[in-house]
Amino acid sequence: MLTAKLREALICFRAGRVTLPYPFAPHDPAPGFRGKITLDPDRCFGCGGCANVCPAGVIQVRDAGQLLRVLEFQWRRCTYCGRCEEVCPEQAITMSQQFETATDRGDDMVMRLEVFMGPCQRCGRCYTPPTPLDRMDRTGFRTSDGGRS
Amino acid sequence: MAFLEKACKKAFGKALWVYHANAGACNGCDIEVINVLTPYYDAERFGIKLVGSPRHADAVVVSGPVTRQVAPALRRLLEAVPKPRLVFAIGSCACGGGAWFDSYNVLGGADKVIPVDFYVPGCPPRPEAILYGVALALGLVPKQVAEEHLTQESLDQLAEGGILQKEAHG
Repeated sequence: MLTAKLREALICFRAGRVTLPYPFAPHDPAPGFRGKITLDPDRCFGCGGCANVCPAGVIQVRDAGQLLRVLEFQWRRCTYCGRCEEVCPEQAITMSQQFETATDRGDDMVMRLEVFMGPCQRCGRCYTPPTPLDRMDRTGFRTSDGGRS
Repeated sequence: MAFLEKACKKAFGKALWVYHANAGACNGCDIEVINVLTPYYDAERFGIKLVGSPRHADAVVVSGPVTRQVAPALRRLLEAVPKPRLVFAIGSCACGGGAWFDSYNVLGGADKVIPVDFYVPGCPPRPEAILYGVALALGLVPKQVAEEHLTQESLDQLAEGGILQKEAHG
């Protein structure tokens, strides 16, 4: 019995260190891992398809007036299913590899995206210009100091 | 006595004894929490140890979107944990309710019932993500996320060739 214990101890001794040195050395996830969503604001044209398919209701679309559409991402409840990335026609949403998203503030888990839209002359609702360059013609388009173009 | 208190604070300051509370989770997060305690991820090197009673615990790990039945039990559980204490919300469900955030039988997240100190989002979070949350609580790593406000390029930035430049570089 003692020899069995000694043999076991020898096996453990030979195995060396198996523990991951994780917080002190990076350990990247496998390719294909879906982490925190990242947004490319210049690609988004505010169709709201992502909000339509999101099972957790992470994405809320509201029109701030007639010229600006605000997409609010409450990604604290994101289930990382990747439907938004799948459905986005312009690849404005991508799933990054970032998993180190622990935080001590609940407000850290919010993303706000503001998209310039043009109002429809008949119904007054937002619609998106056909190309990014046409955005400049819209009355909602602002210069960086907040002024209208 | 003061010396003893000081010595105790130094010795036990970074040894968290954790009580794990399942508040209606699907067991995905629970499996990852157990995973963190295996020799491969080895949270015990930070002094983390699972205990069987909330009275022995310094920290509570909550997983699951708090269901209506479990909410009073969770409140009583936290009363049993001596102060100072930490509360970790593990997983998207405990952080904000997950896919069930507006369901009739779910309160939508641990922070609706008890004060939460650290959030570890993920569905389920990787064991590394939980370790990262623990390391964040111990002050070993910096925080990597912050509130984001994104806007589209304004006229001035476009005039400087913002989009075209970005495509040329990227």
